[in-house]
Amino acid sequence: MNEASLIGLCAATVSFGALLYLAALGEMVSEKAGILNLGVEGMMAMGAVTGFMTALEFGNPWLALVVAVLAGALVALLHGWFTVVLGAEQVVSGLSLTILGLGLAAYLGKNAVGRPPGAVLAPVDWPVLSDIRWVGPVLFQQSPMVYLSVLVGVVVWFVLSRTRTGLALRAAGESASTADAAGHSIVGLRLAAVAVGGGLAGASGAYLTLSLTPQWAEGITAGRGWIAVALVIFGAWKPGRVALGALLFGGTLALKTRLQTFGVDFSPILLSMLPYLLTIGVLVVISVRARNRPSPAPASLGIAYRREER
Amino acid sequence: MMNKFDTLPAVTAVELSGIWKRFPGVVANAGASLSVYRGSIHAVLGENGAGKSTLMNVLAGVYRPDEGEVRVEGVEHRFRTPADALASGIGMVHQEFRLVPSFTVAENVVLGAAARVLRRQAIEDEVGELAERFGLATRPERPVWQLSMGERQRVEILKALWRDARILILDEPTAVLTPAEADELGVVLRAMADAGRSVIFISHKLHEVTGFCDEATVLRGGRTVAASMSVPDTDAGELASLMVGSLPVTTERPPAHPTGPPLLEVSGLSALGDRGLPALESVDLTVRAGEIVGIAGVAGNGQRELCQVVSGLRPAKAGTVHLAGDDMTGASPRRLFQAGLGYIPEDRLGVGLAPRLSVIDNSILRTYEAHRRGPFIVADRAEAHCADLVERFGVRTGPLDEPMAGLSGGNLQRLLVGRELSGRPRVVMAAQPTRGLDVQGVKAIQDLLVEAREAGAAVLLVSEDLDELLTLADRLVVMHDGEIVGEFDPTTAARSEIGEAMIGHAAGVGS
Ligand SMILES: Nc1ncnc2c1ncn2[C@@H]1O[C@H](COP(=O)(O)OP(=O)(O)O)[C@@H](O)[C@H]1O
Ligand SMILES: [Mg+2]
Repeated sequence: MNEASLIGLCAATVSFGALLYLAALGEMVSEKAGILNLGVEGMMAMGAVTGFMTALEFGNPWLALVVAVLAGALVALLHGWFTVVLGAEQVVSGLSLTILGLGLAAYLGKNAVGRPPGAVLAPVDWPVLSDIRWVGPVLFQQSPMVYLSVLVGVVVWFVLSRTRTGLALRAAGESASTADAAGHSIVGLRLAAVAVGGGLAGASGAYLTLSLTPQWAEGITAGRGWIAVALVIFGAWKPGRVALGALLFGGTLALKTRLQTFGVDFSPILLSMLPYLLTIGVLVVISVRARNRPSPAPASLGIAYRREER
Repeated sequence: MMNKFDTLPAVTAVELSGIWKRFPGVVANAGASLSVYRGSIHAVLGENGAGKSTLMNVLAGVYRPDEGEVRVEGVEHRFRTPADALASGIGMVHQEFRLVPSFTVAENVVLGAAARVLRRQAIEDEVGELAERFGLATRPERPVWQLSMGERQRVEILKALWRDARILILDEPTAVLTPAEADELGVVLRAMADAGRSVIFISHKLHEVTGFCDEATVLRGGRTVAASMSVPDTDAGELASLMVGSLPVTTERPPAHPTGPPLLEVSGLSALGDRGLPALESVDLTVRAGEIVGIAGVAGNGQRELCQVVSGLRPAKAGTVHLAGDDMTGASPRRLFQAGLGYIPEDRLGVGLAPRLSVIDNSILRTYEAHRRGPFIVADRAEAHCADLVERFGVRTGPLDEPMAGLSGGNLQRLLVGRELSGRPRVVMAAQPTRGLDVQGVKAIQDLLVEAREAGAAVLLVSEDLDELLTLADRLVVMHDGEIVGEFDPTTAARSEIGEAMIGHAAGVGS
């Protein structure tokens, strides 16, 4: 293992971390409002394909990103319609969304398979910083999506913990009847959160096809949506901890493709299990501690709210 | 009965009239009305299930009434959401608190009305100031899950004050308070009323109503049976009898007959309530074969806990429970059932039946062992058993494999009672078995209990309906504050004497 390949590993860790972070932040916002959306994988695929195809058609990567965000949000609102408005079972609806999103993306992208990208989000070249040894290539020669994910992380943290809207949104996820009695619209808050969640999953998908691996192929999301879902739990629904988890899980993704080049004899399949094993570990810790304090999970997560029902 | 409270300026803050609210299978409000003067503390009294919370939820915009008129300060409103009611100055402290346990006190207080960007220190200071101004001691920076029930309640009141509610509804606020905390609350509410706010105080504890309320409205069966009675001019006993009411006598007093050996013996039984405070204090009670022993008392005086301990749902702290001579203290509900205890719990749909399961499944919940072959339930046998119950106990139902929840209240109860009595239990314990039923339903259930007695069972009947107890019971004991405070012979005792014992003024034979 030489210096170049180590730097490559670190840079890929940051890239994959940002990919997971965007999707996980979206899922976190949705869950904070009380809606579990297991359709991340499907929403990501929709973002990936619509972004890629918009770039093919119009040649503008930023327009492609906007379209991907809208596509993700739109698909998510389908979940919102079922679970928030109609009160359907969130797990079932979310799983259906994954299947629907993956299928629809494959169908839409039929003709895009194997084509060269119409446009890519080129890495940002920071003056001075990108030339620093080690730090430059790892942190300052990344795709704009990496910096965007950091920005989104800060905004999500600020809105959730420092604004009235965030307080109401968290209340909707902790105790919907309380937020309702305080005069907030549960349907409005939850739908908005679900849409934001879908938009960020869409952005994460677009990052994949516009920057990380700029091409479209069926199944290109490769289960990363699921890692994002696990990441929210691993990060205990806190933007900062989710960021750390994203780097950790991103590291396993980066390492997986490099194990062989490093000459390490470790099964990449076992490595892919690592995020989930760590998440289960965190769940165990949470449940053990839960005995004398509330769990970090939103208390109303997964529970539909109907005002006149007891 | 309709005497108006006339020492206050006659400005009506709230006027509810002809409110109807139906839920699947129940009519919670059947034309209820309420009129509250500004600057007064107005008590709304009624037994459990009388429709008090429903009426208040209508006023607070949580439930939309099927019919009826809501006027606030003279203006008619049709609240569609709690936000609408809040905007009209109505604040409600719900029976089950509406607080986010993981939020701090300050966050909970400002939840409904906060600045766009929150500054932690600033809101904590403001909430602290408000709390001090109204004498509601609290620590704004504390997460709510760490607080006592009393402090949580103060936070709830602060929430309403933060929004400057002119009309404050408190739904059974003292249910979770210690007596000292309840007294403090009375002082705070009086100060608020003096400052021109109107307070609606829901309770079924008479002494609080007489302690600090100006007027009282009594609800029973979803109707207003007495409106705006001046509390200082009304006798507590009168309010009590209004609450309990007198049903048309539907069942003849069954002739007394010789009783057999004691089948249920409770001695020195003590237990803790849900909040870890003593709820039962060395209760002694014996029920013999062939007699009905009635337990009278205002709700919340230990009756529920007594039933729970005897049926194996709550651990005893001290004392013993014997069933037909065998020590059954701490036995599981299953063992008690096998030993011959039939239990008709107060909470029919929570403890007694599983609303989403089918009628068949509910009918064999206790006896599925008898309908199985290996690990499988024999569907035909289960269905035959269910059909037999339905037939024998006159349950009106749709298809038997449909969910139980579709049945009306009376039919749910017939099925439950039928299930518990069909195995000919030696001891029958029934808690509020006729509450909320129509006249026919009441008679059917009462007849079944008498039949069980004739068949030689020992029957323990807990009821808040004194007339029912006076008609059915062979002996009557009164519970107050977790203790048995008196025993009466229903054929000779005066109602007033029993009423006195119910509100804690010791009287009666024995104890
Ligand atoms: N949300 C609801 N759904 C179904 N039934 C309800 C609901 N709220 C109240 N009820 C029923 O309406 C009746 C009156 O209840 P409630 O107003 O809570 O009485 P109270 O507050 O006087 O004890 C009860 O039979 C209760 O079971
Ligand atoms: Mg109530």
